[in-house]
Amino acid sequence: MWLTQLFNGLSVSSILLLIALGLSITFGLMKIINMAHGEFIMIGSYAAYVTQNVFKSALPKSAFDAYFPVAIVVSFAVAFAIGYLLEATLIRFLYGRPLDSLLATWGVGLVLQQVARSIFGAPNVAVTSPSWLDGGMRIMDGVVFPYKRLFIIGLVLVCLLAMYLYIYRSGPGRRMRAVMQNREMAACLGISTRRVDGMTFAIGSGIAGIAGCALSLIGAIGPTIGTNYIVDAFMVVVLGGVGKLVGTVAGALGIGMFNTLFEWWSTASLGKVFVFVLIVAFLQWRTMGLFAVKTRSLD
Amino acid sequence: MRKVHLFKSLGLVLTASMALAACGGNEKGNASPSASASPSASASSGASAGEGGDTVKVGILHSLSGTMAISEVTVKNSELMAIDEINAKGGVLGKKIEPVIEDGASDWPTFAEKARKLLSEDKVATVFGGWTSASRKAMLPVFEELKGLLWYPVQYEGLESSPYIFYAGATTNQQIVPSIDYLLEQGKKKMFLLGSDYVFPRTANKIIKAQLAAKGGEAVAEEYTPLGYTDYSTIIAKIKSAKPDVVYNTLNGDSNVAFFKQLKDAGIAAKDLTTVSVSIAEEEVKGIGADILAGHLVAWNYYQTTDTPENKTFVENFKKKYGADSVTSDPMEAGYTAVHLWAAAVEKAGSFDVEKVKEAAKGIEWNAPEGKVTIDGDNQHIYKTVRIGEIQSDGMIKELWNSGSPVKPDPYLKTYDWAKGLSGGS
Repeated sequence: MWLTQLFNGLSVSSILLLIALGLSITFGLMKIINMAHGEFIMIGSYAAYVTQNVFKSALPKSAFDAYFPVAIVVSFAVAFAIGYLLEATLIRFLYGRPLDSLLATWGVGLVLQQVARSIFGAPNVAVTSPSWLDGGMRIMDGVVFPYKRLFIIGLVLVCLLAMYLYIYRSGPGRRMRAVMQNREMAACLGISTRRVDGMTFAIGSGIAGIAGCALSLIGAIGPTIGTNYIVDAFMVVVLGGVGKLVGTVAGALGIGMFNTLFEWWSTASLGKVFVFVLIVAFLQWRTMGLFAVKTRSLD
Repeated sequence: MRKVHLFKSLGLVLTASMALAACGGNEKGNASPSASASPSASASSGASAGEGGDTVKVGILHSLSGTMAISEVTVKNSELMAIDEINAKGGVLGKKIEPVIEDGASDWPTFAEKARKLLSEDKVATVFGGWTSASRKAMLPVFEELKGLLWYPVQYEGLESSPYIFYAGATTNQQIVPSIDYLLEQGKKKMFLLGSDYVFPRTANKIIKAQLAAKGGEAVAEEYTPLGYTDYSTIIAKIKSAKPDVVYNTLNGDSNVAFFKQLKDAGIAAKDLTTVSVSIAEEEVKGIGADILAGHLVAWNYYQTTDTPENKTFVENFKKKYGADSVTSDPMEAGYTAVHLWAAAVEKAGSFDVEKVKEAAKGIEWNAPEGKVTIDGDNQHIYKTVRIGEIQSDGMIKELWNSGSPVKPDPYLKTYDWAKGLSGGS
């Protein structure tokens, strides 16, 4: 039984990490209190839904199972594009104004929800998962690791690796970190901060889109699903320490594991309360979260 | 500096995001493209109860946004269809019915606020609305205070009988109690009770536990998850270790999607474990996916497949109005029936006055899509036939068992010995 619970904890952590990864960029690096993050997850889910329908109607039945990898790419692309547009038209006027960015992105979130409702209708829609993700791996009698959960864990690792390589091992990533750490100095050194801002926000949104696509495997797809995940996403980023990728990973693991453990011992509602209490207590002790960015800049 | 700044934004974020999660997208206005605008000019100030010239206003109050929108929008549609049908036949007492549509936004205080607005500003003759018990409990004091009339279209946990509410959905002895009896007869005695954390599941489970204790069954566990909860892996692990015969499911809204998808992934199919749901009807099956739900059981009073001539017309008209893909479900049928019952009561009373309509409504019979329904004069509930059904892979529900004739509503379960001590009211 403990094996199942360990796996469940890992699985919950991976989902938390997936929904928080995008936010760790838009909120963590860019300091935008991005309340529309949940809606980018929703956009990803609907992109998966649309891709599925296109495959169903336009392609032969045998090709249907291939829709999911395509959907992941489409989700990223759609969320990326909308994120880029949003940054260019709204977010860029709000840097350094956390309260304004909070209210504006919240408003954007509501608008996006209503748009989804107008296009797809208020009821949930169903995504049929590809058949190669049905079922699970039997470890021993009574212990089954569902393929979907394994797939999500794998997907998170891939996203994490890609993000790590991009941020810490590539030219654009280096410029991105430079701008986020000291905007004026980076600008002085000839980096186009405008372009970096746009790319960064779009990447964060795109990863939220991937999360939405993956979540369509295990949860509901509706105009308001973003609101189900936004609190968790912020909790992970804040607990992990704003601005650090490794902090986000640690935060997700911590919350996921403790949540599963507490839920097993008590109930779902009470488990959540315990986790909240722990987080609040922890942040009293270390206000910067698990990992803090050390910087010489004043802000 | 940095510390202060960060800490502030953290507090801001958590408060704001919790508020956001709590209201689940609390948009106001722009209720629905089909919402007919209600020019306030048509409400002449002298007239009582929404009468103004050739029209009479009625309120439609459902969640058109938020986590409950998946279910409630469809009830709004069937109520509007009933209104259209009545208007096509000349209206009630010669007046056309004019719906005023409001959005409860899945937020219980909003329901109370909108109910007050409908009654005191729009002066509607009656209101059709609500879904969750929490929304009904929030509206109840408003209707009792302003002496307005509410028609509530959804099955609920019973133990209530407000003089200003007509309950068009099933009470417990027309849905939950007979379904437990059915399961016990099938030899399924160990039950795992799973529900969303609010009024209906908790009260329903209290009743189920009393019934199981009296009839030799056993509730092996009782679990609640917050509305909108999305990860059921731990709950499923608990189900596996408790090894129940049945999971009695009173989850509501989006959680059902997550629960059934994850149950299937965990390798538990309908043939391994029976589940009975009381909040999943045809519309929800569409959103979850029929392939995931096939074989699971539900308990209601009406299915799209219910074989009556009235239902044939109802389904046909509904598909004509809302598209061939649309389905009909129990709460939609109840909402539709409620509108027709109200119209019949008004005709009988010869007036829109709430007290006169209430008096006239007693004993009114109507051939609804679910079969003959009768308003019970004592508790303002409705006689309904109980039906247990199995979800099919095409998304329709096949009836496995029915009660044969409409069951008399008994919201306080007075006629059941084991239920003594459950009812606070009487």
